[in-house]
Amino acid sequence: MAIWVDESIRLVVQGITGHQGQFHTMAMKGFGTNVVAGVTPGKGGMEVHGVPVYNSMEDAMEREPNASIVFVPAPFAKDAVMEALDAGIKMVVVITENIPFHDTMKFVHYGIYKKARLIGPNCPGIASPGKAKIGILPNTIFKEGNIGVASRSGTLTYEIVNSLTQAGLGQSTCVGLGGDPIIGSTFIDALKAFEEDEETEAIVLVGEIGGTAEEEAAEYIKAKISKPVYAYIAGRTAPPGKRMGHAGAIISGGKGTAESKVRAFEDAGVKVARFPHEIAEMIKNDKGI
Amino acid sequence: MKLMEYMGKEIFREYGIPVPKGRAIEKKEDLKKIDFPFPWVMKAQVLVGGRGKAGGIRFASSMEEAEKLFDEIMEMEIKGERVRRVLVEEKLNIEKEYYLSFFLDRGSRTYLMMFSSEGGMDIESMAEKILKVHVNPLAGLQAYQLRKIPKEARKIAEKLYRLFVEKDCELAEINPLALCDGKLMAVDSKIIVDNNSLYRHSELPEEDTELTPLEIEAREKGIAFVQLDGNIGVIANGAGLTMATLDALNEFNGRGGVFLDLGGTDNPEKVKQAFDLMVKAKPSVILLNLFGGITKCDTVARGIIEFMKESKVECPVVARIKGMNEEVAREMLKDYVIAVESFQEAARRAAELGGD
Repeated sequence: MAIWVDESIRLVVQGITGHQGQFHTMAMKGFGTNVVAGVTPGKGGMEVHGVPVYNSMEDAMEREPNASIVFVPAPFAKDAVMEALDAGIKMVVVITENIPFHDTMKFVHYGIYKKARLIGPNCPGIASPGKAKIGILPNTIFKEGNIGVASRSGTLTYEIVNSLTQAGLGQSTCVGLGGDPIIGSTFIDALKAFEEDEETEAIVLVGEIGGTAEEEAAEYIKAKISKPVYAYIAGRTAPPGKRMGHAGAIISGGKGTAESKVRAFEDAGVKVARFPHEIAEMIKNDKGI
Repeated sequence: MKLMEYMGKEIFREYGIPVPKGRAIEKKEDLKKIDFPFPWVMKAQVLVGGRGKAGGIRFASSMEEAEKLFDEIMEMEIKGERVRRVLVEEKLNIEKEYYLSFFLDRGSRTYLMMFSSEGGMDIESMAEKILKVHVNPLAGLQAYQLRKIPKEARKIAEKLYRLFVEKDCELAEINPLALCDGKLMAVDSKIIVDNNSLYRHSELPEEDTELTPLEIEAREKGIAFVQLDGNIGVIANGAGLTMATLDALNEFNGRGGVFLDLGGTDNPEKVKQAFDLMVKAKPSVILLNLFGGITKCDTVARGIIEFMKESKVECPVVARIKGMNEEVAREMLKDYVIAVESFQEAARRAAELGGD
């Protein structure tokens, strides 16, 4: 099982000839992902780590891909996502950071119109251990298992997943939703999928200050989620008005504070950790192992 | 990027949104160049809110008075922000105040139009009186949506919407949108342009006085760097991990002084630049918290050693290094840093050292 990404993925890498595209094509193949094609306009006919490169998504469709990952630079990212959606791809993971918000708005809504699953932008991607990875998450930190992880963060997710793995707690799927204010898939999307996924026994959410995604997730958990949920929220000591690295991580007008998020989660019966590593300990305690 | 009121009004003018006659002034002599009659409104140009309540908006009815007020306003510091310009405008007879804005709403992932027939200074406290209309970014603003607001404000709303989209705004706000002698005017402007889109807006001025000089230097180098109140400088890779490290410090009563996110780089040159910025901020302890996923710990270590050989680092450096090639990195750094095993231990140690 797992959510959204499994063995059936046939991936096309948009922006495959760039530094990141090349490096992560190799890493994804190393994880076991079936990378069937790459696209870089003007570079058709090349090969990257044995993967054929095409000039357009339309051309690349002859390899019958069913998912795409976008590495192209921010000014061209919207075009790449639209191209993938128009080619009929139903799963698009956008790694690119610093995409103009108005561009993101447009391709997010186009994705909804095309009934596609969009993850990101500005995200590390998604990995289902033992099955496939679409993203830049490090291969070495995972272990097959039953914990579902959804996060707005990058390295902090690796840190937490790594500590789960070291504690013997494997993961069904780990998805990085992205650090931007506007993202394609939200905590609620991930919660819904994890609740339905038979393999997932417990859910870990890694949140950040800014916005109200955690508060909305808490409401949803209260109403719809029967599996145990654990959370960590970064930015408890961040001052209002300062953008803490991620474009989404800013407390403005009294909204988006860590206290509000912690309170909402605790109110929904979610256990909130003070340190990233506490999550693994909490799960082990609850499981009695 | 927030725009000053006078810059926002210039853009309003460009889009055909009526604004009062006015002129932004940096030098007192320029008051004499103003060609509209008294009385004038003199408004301090700052990015922080609450300017009116702080005394940054004054009225002048003669040149003598205007010169005196100009000096007074230019000497003000409003919530820590120095005034560097005064916007002088014709004083209008305001009959009624509305509120109008377009906003990038992250929760609903739409453009949100907000309107209230009771605008003015305390708009935040009147949330229930605000009309909210969600605009789908692909479909755009529809005529039926415009019909939800009073007829006289529709044309301006249409223009403000076009500005909001074309200038890649996070927020375009007119508060108050005032009825003056039967005509609607934008008496104030608040425009926030999305920083990610600045590459396609070379027509916009570069100004961001909210940043400290070091923060500006960091931005030029492409490093996420925020100065905080405490004395412990935190370097980590990834915004979330950096925030989590600051939070952990707080658990041990340590106070973070710098947030420095190395990002996904392990380029030794970039690491050196990051350490250079950090040292300039003069922390009493540096806490390095590294999780090497894709980032190789040993390459980061090389950057640190190169920096420490070239420049003197006066304060202790506590380092917690985890992930790809961590053993190599720890061995390399053993004579340069105080190495600790765990996240928590690192925070505890740095907080102790920073507590003196």
